[in-house]
Amino acid sequence: MTRTLNIKDALNEALRQEMEVDSRIVLMGEDIAGGAGRDDVNPEGTDCWGGVFGVTKDLLGQFGRERVVDTAIAETGFVGAAIGASLVGMRPVVEIMFADFIGTSYDQLLNHAAKLRYMYGGKVSVPIVVRTVTGAGFRAGAEHSQTLYSLYTHVPGLKVVAPSTARDAKGLMLSAIRDPNPVIFMEHKRLYLLDDDVPEEPYTIPFGVARIAREGSDVTIVGVQKMVHTALDAAKVLAEQGIEAEVIDPRTYSPLDEDTILGSVEKTGRLVIVDESHPRCSLPTDISALVADKGFASLRSPIKMVTGPHTPIPFSPPLEDAFIPDPDQIVAAVKSQFEYATT
Amino acid sequence: MTLARETLIDLWTRMIRIRRFEDRVAIIAANNEADGFLHTYSGQEAVAVGVLPLLNDGDAFTSTYRNHGHAIARNIPLDGLAGEVYGKANGVCRGKGGSMHVADQDFGMIGGMGIVAGGLPIATGAAYGYKYLGKDNVSAAFFGDGAVHQGAWHESLDFAALFQCPVIFVCENNLYAESTYIEYHLNAESISAMAAPYGIPAVQIDGMDVFAVRDAMEEAIERGRSGGGPSLIEAMTYRYGGQYEGDNQLYKPAKEVTWWREQDPLLRFRETVDGIIDAAELDAIDEQVQAEVTVAFDVAIAAPWPDVSELTTDVYAPLA
Ligand SMILES: Cc1ncc(C[n+]2csc(CCOP(=O)(O)OP(=O)(O)O)c2C)c(N)n1
Ligand SMILES: [Mg+2]
Repeated sequence: MTRTLNIKDALNEALRQEMEVDSRIVLMGEDIAGGAGRDDVNPEGTDCWGGVFGVTKDLLGQFGRERVVDTAIAETGFVGAAIGASLVGMRPVVEIMFADFIGTSYDQLLNHAAKLRYMYGGKVSVPIVVRTVTGAGFRAGAEHSQTLYSLYTHVPGLKVVAPSTARDAKGLMLSAIRDPNPVIFMEHKRLYLLDDDVPEEPYTIPFGVARIAREGSDVTIVGVQKMVHTALDAAKVLAEQGIEAEVIDPRTYSPLDEDTILGSVEKTGRLVIVDESHPRCSLPTDISALVADKGFASLRSPIKMVTGPHTPIPFSPPLEDAFIPDPDQIVAAVKSQFEYATT
Repeated sequence: MTLARETLIDLWTRMIRIRRFEDRVAIIAANNEADGFLHTYSGQEAVAVGVLPLLNDGDAFTSTYRNHGHAIARNIPLDGLAGEVYGKANGVCRGKGGSMHVADQDFGMIGGMGIVAGGLPIATGAAYGYKYLGKDNVSAAFFGDGAVHQGAWHESLDFAALFQCPVIFVCENNLYAESTYIEYHLNAESISAMAAPYGIPAVQIDGMDVFAVRDAMEEAIERGRSGGGPSLIEAMTYRYGGQYEGDNQLYKPAKEVTWWREQDPLLRFRETVDGIIDAAELDAIDEQVQAEVTVAFDVAIAAPWPDVSELTTDVYAPLA
């Protein structure tokens, strides 16, 4: 049975369903339950925050403070503690409230979670999920708006997941919790309220399998998380002009579904990659290199990247709007490919 | 009361200016007239105003996302601050920072840091710089009770103690880190007690009393300027608003709110100066300040947005 759920509620449902059947799972983070130390005011826990964006709302009421754990503001401490707990048989799911706060816990992820299995000859594994919130467009300023996909994707040993629909969010979250490796699960703050048909029963979506969000034969547009939707908007405009775009959502950046991207470019001969992140050392440069290397013969025009600029993210609304790629930029990039003439 | 009348008036003006500015910010947020997270400072005025007027030219301080009060206590013009609330071109940071990241180095305000405890190492470094450069300046770092759990907090105290940096760590202990109550998140007896292992002199004071804050700051500044190294002040205070505007604050018990409202720093000030300054005079300043706030927001509303070309400027400083 499916019903309409938004991404926030689909994630909440995934966490709840898996916690119901797996007592090794604990959630940890700042204010993910809410009102810690004030159970006198709200004994049932019903009116507590459930995280800044409400993703973990009401889980406190069902599972109690033992399993929905509000930590102090100590990301190194609780991310590291999640790693340690996972080594003795737990399945921690921690929240870094905004991806921008990566810096405060990065060492534990970069030098420990990602490497323990390899360094210790395959004898251990680190089954943790680090949920974090990405994205511009919330008027949240330079320190609460970044995506930073590539800072995680760059690191061998981490898996990186970034759903753009509620159906994917639920299935990928269940895969993330069951995965024996550290998974960085990125949730876009501007997509939380986006509805989709979501099956009620638990289901998984495997990592490393892209979703073709729209089929088309003339150009391949790879969208990164929220930009999948921007690419779909652009595809509509292009269709009116007789250009059929194929829009691909990789869904996971590590592992990356190379075959689906290469197969699509083989069909269309053109590739545009859209990402709201900064352009340098990014998913678009990575995917461009992939296609330039393994799909060069299929290309009929240069690969185009549509990204945010190489600047921090400004607060001022018109500047922030200018930062984020829009459908017009994608349409222009595709048009330039059709105007490209080989000499 | 040993303070000059003129000083008292100045303290009152700065405190009431903060309150009236934040009253307006709360209305703006409630009416959705500005975008983004707005963190108001109401209730904590005595801390900013006890500390900041004592800094000299050349001194510096770091703030947090809850920085409007600090900017106003330093006399940063209200129209520039209002501009930053909207992200307008007249903002102190040309709208690029937003109200979480207000800064004006001409007033000693290095910046509002959005990362909890992010300002402490930076203020400590400023103090280190003063010492190295042979200046008798001091720096201050504001932070909340929630910040003491960050590695950056501990590493800053450690660095400051090791190199005897003239930095004053100012904790605004408002009992909550977002919706999390202090008795839950703090295992130490107090935040001031946490300075002791680092050998840093610390006091816990009534942060609703501007005079108590000022006394503590004077002592800390004296220590810093005379080569005595770092200090920590834990000011007990309360935020009247939510973590950000829109937070329903259901975690606060009504009795607690009432108790702290009775300690209101503006009320307390009135009580202390009773018999020295006429209540009518304070009211007149309040009215004048309200007019200033109205003008400041009018200016900001009328100001243009920054030009889109500013998106890509200021990323790097030009070579000298
Ligand atoms: C490193 C980091 N973690 C989490 C946050 C999210 N956050 C913003 S404010 C806040 C609570 C801070 O509480 P406190 O230090 O007491 O300051 P107050 O807001 O009460 O002034 C949290 C958790 C952040 N900004 N930075
Ligand atoms: Mg606090």
